[in-house]
Amino acid sequence: MATTKKKKAAPKTKKAASKELTAEEIRHADEREVGVGRAGDIPRENLMDWYRQMVLIRKFEQSCSEQYQLGKIGGFLHLYIGQEAIAVGSIAARGANDHVITAYRDHGHALAVGSETGPVMAELMGKVTGVSGGRGGSMHLCDVPRRFWGGYAVVGGHVPLGAGIALAEQYKGTDGAVLCYMGDGSTNIGYFHESLNLAKVWNLPVVWIVENNQYGMGTAVDRASATPEMVTKASGYDMEAHVVDGMSVCDVYWKTTDALKRVRAGEGPQFLEMITYRFEGHSMGDPLRYRSKEEVVKWRDDDPIGVIERRLIEQENCTQEELDAIDDQVEVEMAAAVKFADESPEPGLDTLYDHIFVEN
Amino acid sequence: MRQALSDALREEMLRDENVFIMGEEIGVWGGTYAVTRGFYDEFGERRVRDTPISEMAIGGAAAGAAMNGLRPVAEFMTINFAFVAFDAIINHAAKVHYMFNGNIKCPVVFRAPGGGGRQLGATHSHTPDVIFAHFPGLRVVSPATPYDAKGMLKSAIRSDDPVMFIEHATLYQERGEVPEEEYLVPLDKSDKKRDGSDVTIVTYAQGLPVSMEAADKLSKEGIEVEIIDLRSLQPLDLSLALESFKKTNKAVVVEEGHGTYGIGAEIVAQIQEHAFDYLDAPIKRVAQKQAPLPYARELEQSALINPDRVVAAVKEVL
Repeated sequence: MATTKKKKAAPKTKKAASKELTAEEIRHADEREVGVGRAGDIPRENLMDWYRQMVLIRKFEQSCSEQYQLGKIGGFLHLYIGQEAIAVGSIAARGANDHVITAYRDHGHALAVGSETGPVMAELMGKVTGVSGGRGGSMHLCDVPRRFWGGYAVVGGHVPLGAGIALAEQYKGTDGAVLCYMGDGSTNIGYFHESLNLAKVWNLPVVWIVENNQYGMGTAVDRASATPEMVTKASGYDMEAHVVDGMSVCDVYWKTTDALKRVRAGEGPQFLEMITYRFEGHSMGDPLRYRSKEEVVKWRDDDPIGVIERRLIEQENCTQEELDAIDDQVEVEMAAAVKFADESPEPGLDTLYDHIFVEN
Repeated sequence: MRQALSDALREEMLRDENVFIMGEEIGVWGGTYAVTRGFYDEFGERRVRDTPISEMAIGGAAAGAAMNGLRPVAEFMTINFAFVAFDAIINHAAKVHYMFNGNIKCPVVFRAPGGGGRQLGATHSHTPDVIFAHFPGLRVVSPATPYDAKGMLKSAIRSDDPVMFIEHATLYQERGEVPEEEYLVPLDKSDKKRDGSDVTIVTYAQGLPVSMEAADKLSKEGIEVEIIDLRSLQPLDLSLALESFKKTNKAVVVEEGHGTYGIGAEIVAQIQEHAFDYLDAPIKRVAQKQAPLPYARELEQSALINPDRVVAAVKEVL
């Protein structure tokens, strides 16, 4: 299983880097600070592994796009391209008892928790070897042994589930916490507000991670949200909130690490707004009428893989050959994943009624 | 029945540390229908959790806690408010086991009192049981007697499936025998509540006392009805109803919810599918009339089921 690697012992935490950038400053940054968020304390091999995971997600998504064009993937397909640093950096920060739950753009999270590429691709192709047996599809991946509770396709619907998963950890008295991811669009639905309120009232061990990719489908954040700054919504629930450069895997890692630390110190639910951008459409077949080419080009300059690549080369004496070797290894893995999915059978038609109830 | 429910909850909480209750006003207040009175003092706020007025979060957080190993009993103050949580119940609690190929279980119980007849107006008087029973993945039960209520609530809490446990608020006053010793009532079995040979009445919940009263009246006229209490709406056990129908060849379905697309419609369809050759008369349905329930007492009563309507329906099919 090439996609997992045990998390290295957490490096020592230093005081947070100088002044925190605002969401607006991150959006308009000319150049990503490659070392942002105490990157110097992260061992090179961790950085290399994060690079590998991000490239894996990128290539996985590109492969999905191809398989979709070939008609092998049905339904909706939401690609994570551009947002890879968030799943990789934050999941790298989680502890042994921490959980992950997210919305429908979930391939990146599945791969970041260590789900194997073959069964994930098989799920997308509706095969019985898929992580959800071919019953879930792209939007409903899961990997419970790795404490990944799934992708959920009703915007906001999983947010109270995240609160409930956190409640169970608190109830059982463990140190476990939940990383509950959602898009900017979900901050406008009732589920979000009820869940943040409940989490604060009950002091639940949860980190809400808003992946602000600037659009809810085709509606820009400032056209749908009373405030374009997600962190201000958290303040309404008296919750500590930070803005994160979602294009910097290091910033994501550190801010998530700090948030989890505060949760475990009993400081209650935490809120992180991660500024990012989805390079592709909302889903396949998106005509992209709602944003300019210039805007896309600007964000592509901030490609999170480019940011970590620059850091590895400029500050970690990493050679292009080393990175190319990782890319090649990922290509091989992806080819094997597609082959595995292609060759897997579809679920038997006699299984339609399986798993409706636990007790039949 | 109130006491039976309360006892079931208490016994299960004492038996299993993972069972806890959550909902609006269930703790300090003691429950708006007093089912959980005394629980807050007995079990403390870790296991008796007052929630904000947030049905979406109640439904979703209870489901999430269940997924992660607990056995929550989440109370909706009334089933009318469960509409707000419909997505959490139907799209999440009832779907995760299937959608994730059996990898996730969601052993949550949603308790919800409902029903009409108490002058609460259109939005507070629904008997929407059939809506919840429409979808695969959610067990939907609604007991009519204290004995069934206790045994079924204990089974619901022990079930690994999500259960919608619907309590007709009028039935909280219902009295009946409940054994001292522990017992369970299965979640998927109907029950014969009265023997008879002339007409089969298929009903459940509030329909049961209404039908029993009608049966007494009919008996005085020499008409003996057999009454089958469904107890569970999902899954639906029609074995006893069909067996009875094959004997009586006539049936009336009594339900408190609206008749249109109602439980009666399903049962009539199934009887004709499975026992067409035994049919001696068109099957009648007695249900709530197709109007929102009004406040004015007599007007509201005119829309609801009552023993006289059942008596009339039975005489029509004879």
